[in-house]
Amino acid sequence: MSGATSEGAAFQRLELSMTVTAAFFYLFATITIASGFMVIASRNPVQSVLFLILAFVNAAGLFLLMGAEFLAMILVIVYVGAVAVLFLFVVMMLDVDFAALRQGFLQYLPIGGLIGLILLLELVLVVGTYTIDPGLVRSPQVPIPSADVMTNTEAIGQVLYTRYFYFFQAAGLILLVAMIGAIVLTLRERVGVRRQDISRQNARTQETAVEVRKVPFRQGI
Amino acid sequence: MVIGLGHYLTVAAVLFTLGVFGIFINRKNVIVILMSIELILLAVNINMVAFSTHLNDIVGQIFAMLILTVAAAEAAIGLAILVVFFRNRGSIAVEDVNMMRG
Repeated sequence: MSGATSEGAAFQRLELSMTVTAAFFYLFATITIASGFMVIASRNPVQSVLFLILAFVNAAGLFLLMGAEFLAMILVIVYVGAVAVLFLFVVMMLDVDFAALRQGFLQYLPIGGLIGLILLLELVLVVGTYTIDPGLVRSPQVPIPSADVMTNTEAIGQVLYTRYFYFFQAAGLILLVAMIGAIVLTLRERVGVRRQDISRQNARTQETAVEVRKVPFRQGI
Repeated sequence: MVIGLGHYLTVAAVLFTLGVFGIFINRKNVIVILMSIELILLAVNINMVAFSTHLNDIVGQIFAMLILTVAAAEAAIGLAILVVFFRNRGSIAVEDVNMMRG
């Protein structure tokens, strides 16, 4: 008797947790899509960047629902903490007349809307009709270990640093090239700015720095 | 109410379309075009993670991380080019970009 009730309670809990999951999915998905729309439709680019941040945070929530905790946190750290703040810096630093850039907004609306609609239709058709090869489900390349055996972070680390080590190195190389590229692009030599040149300072001696002259009497130099 | 693979794929499809649409309607504003590219990459990442968890294969999450790296590098380089372009021309209108040739 008591076993049956606890089973029923467990079933109710499972059903409740599934309902909560669904509710959170719809919450995150709605906010992600709405803020994605506001990114492209907002008049002010600063607002666009803020909506982009909202979209990223809610996408991180979707990742959490899927069970990719590490990627969710990386998304918040890398996208919100670095990329979006970089965008914010550039938008606020450049003194751009954004009203002028809005000209022609309606001009491209029909063709853009047409292409967007066709693309969405195709994607929805694909999403609605795909089937997955059952062999893929049965034999994954690297199966995800169950959550009580090992955390998501640990599982990613065990694969990333062994099997995909060269990819990891290549990612580091890409970041290095991006860093050097950004520095080289934005570095400029301004004329008329006096800078400290240590090698020139060290190369100066008493002979090159001081000139001794014999001043003629009553004539000056 | 079971949330399956199809739900996540639909969200990603809508987000991808919004990104492409944003590139078309904001033809003049490079900053919003770069943000649209970020949206597209986010949609691709959602797809990768959705398939990864659905097929019980962690490789998808590894590659989602690599996409994240490339997206960050691309944003940095793109914004650097934008700053240099603004410094040279005093505007970020994309229609002026073809003046740079030669």
